[in-house]
Amino acid sequence: MPKKPTGKTESLFVSGHRACHGCGLALAVRHILEATGSNVIVVSPTGCLETFSSPYGFSPWRVPWIHHVFENAPAIASGVAAALRAQHRESTRVVAIGGDGATFDIGFGSLSGMLERGDDVLYICADNGAYMNTGGQRSGATPFCAATTTHPAGKTSLGKTERKKDLPEIVAAHGVPYVATASVAYLGDLKQKVKKAMTLHGPRYIQIDTPCPSVWNFPSHLTLEMGRLGVNSGLVPLFEMLDGKISKVKKLRVKVPVIEYLKQQKRFQHLVVKEASRGSLMAVQEQADRNIEKYKLMA
Amino acid sequence: MADIRVVEGSEAVALAVKACRPHVIAAYPISPQTHIVETLARMVADGDLNAEYVRVESEFSAASVVSGASTAGSRSYTASASQGLLLMTEVLYASAGMRLPFVITGVNRSISAPINIQVDHQDTISLRDSGVIQLYVESAQEAYDMHLAAFKIAEDPSIMLPVMVCMDGWVLTHSYERVEFLDQEAVDRFLPPFKPENYLDTANPKTWGSYAEEDVLMEFKYSIHKAMTEGKSCIRKIMAELTALTGRDYGGLVEAYRTGDAEVVLVAMGSMAGTIKDAVDDMRREGKKVGLIRIRCYRPFPYEDLVAAVRGAKVVAVLDANVSMGSEGAVGLDVKSKLIGRPGVPMVIDFIAGLGGREVNSTAVREIVDRAERLSSSGLPPPEAEWLDLNPAIVP
Repeated sequence: MPKKPTGKTESLFVSGHRACHGCGLALAVRHILEATGSNVIVVSPTGCLETFSSPYGFSPWRVPWIHHVFENAPAIASGVAAALRAQHRESTRVVAIGGDGATFDIGFGSLSGMLERGDDVLYICADNGAYMNTGGQRSGATPFCAATTTHPAGKTSLGKTERKKDLPEIVAAHGVPYVATASVAYLGDLKQKVKKAMTLHGPRYIQIDTPCPSVWNFPSHLTLEMGRLGVNSGLVPLFEMLDGKISKVKKLRVKVPVIEYLKQQKRFQHLVVKEASRGSLMAVQEQADRNIEKYKLMA
Repeated sequence: MADIRVVEGSEAVALAVKACRPHVIAAYPISPQTHIVETLARMVADGDLNAEYVRVESEFSAASVVSGASTAGSRSYTASASQGLLLMTEVLYASAGMRLPFVITGVNRSISAPINIQVDHQDTISLRDSGVIQLYVESAQEAYDMHLAAFKIAEDPSIMLPVMVCMDGWVLTHSYERVEFLDQEAVDRFLPPFKPENYLDTANPKTWGSYAEEDVLMEFKYSIHKAMTEGKSCIRKIMAELTALTGRDYGGLVEAYRTGDAEVVLVAMGSMAGTIKDAVDDMRREGKKVGLIRIRCYRPFPYEDLVAAVRGAKVVAVLDANVSMGSEGAVGLDVKSKLIGRPGVPMVIDFIAGLGGREVNSTAVREIVDRAERLSSSGLPPPEAEWLDLNPAIVP
């Protein structure tokens, strides 16, 4: 007897990989591929994803996947897209999925080149705000005041003294058709954004907040909760930009004070316990308030 | 009727690349490589070449774009020089490791600092250990022919490695020479379309660029080494095919010029060989038994041909247009390492010559021969590399 269709398709990113318990990135990848479908080639730079998904002889990838080096995923993706054009295989789409270190920092030149050339690539940055693969060092995506192993909090330090690089705005300034931010805490929204991006052509960018229990240091069953708090505090605004203009934002029903988000993560503990850090704590709250105002996040 | 024209070396290369029908070309400008990629760009703009031409923002991305395209199953090409080749270094190691058979023209130019745009071999020699096959050419004609061979070597299923055709900047890229071109059908017969066994294919998804632990990494590296060392026979076979096709003798990985009874054997790579051949002819007329080995294929290193060609010589003098700081020139070190321990081998003396475009003329070649003869008959052990034509007065 033929099997009844269950309505469920086999996952394109299967279990058995080596991600940490509660990894926001692994969750994101599975849902990204549910939204793209199987007619894609995925390019990843060096990073957590490459390390936990590609131990030689094993692979959770059920789509063609290529890792080359750390700083060239956008250019590799451009090359793949060029080859697909040359071979008249354009129905196969190219998706790059990389971490914030590869995207904000070391691969930024390569990313900018890809965006400026208008190559047909959906670039997805899984942003956990530091170099997790090497133990949590500061990146251009590390939020203000977060402690990292290369910019720790200490007797004379309150962690990162600079703001997070505003990469979605920088990407949008290249004149690309689609930019969005998403969070693993809102998977329906995330998948809808990936699907939307797949209907468009040219360079597209989605930045996904992917909480990291191992380095942010919170219990691994709270990944989605941490994502929700980030979004609802205003620190992680979720929006969509079509041709450089905000076309949609995720409204907040209740604004959560940033302290509720910060206090659950070790990387912000110095803001919570130190009297001397009151000013910095206020500055973080002001940043959230600015986001709420800028993106009109309150319903 | 043979198509014979006087063209610039860069144009000869561009015409060879066009004849090889690449799908994807990535280009970033650097002197003296620019005329090659500009000529290819004109061909694409005029509709004479049907290729995706990707104008990248750095050499790092140029090498990455051809790597991505190659993985997706397309014949791909790029060119660079000097600093650009160094910027590509990390990508090239990875691409050799992933067995991606694209072709690069490595236009030889000095490395900073001091900044200098003239020819020497420091740039491509710095990529010696990357797993990229390196062919060095002497003339525009050879540059044309070797680009045809390069794609065929790269794509051979037993090799599957990037191939770099190294040609001297300005001297070869910007001078006009008589070049004989093949017709397109002949090139198509020699080089069929690229049909790799593995490529990024949604119908047959594979994982590329895995993380390998200490239990398999050495085997991966050895397989590249083996593809190179055992690939020498494949390269010889392809060179023999090219010889039959062109009527020009590309029979060997080295060119042995009047070495048969030579007492002094010079070793060199690239365009410098032209001057050396003239000097050898002059000295032969005077009764001096001098010959030249020009290394065409530097990686894999053709030590068998080299050992055979220096048999009976008293001294070997290597002209290295590069130096491993604190040691000697790369070619000299290679030659010595392959001769040592064999019975009756000649003394090898390394000369660092022609850095940053310093002229190596026939007078300099004669001086090398004189110094090599004097040193080998002095009864003293061979000296460390001699720096040719150095002006001690301006050394700080």
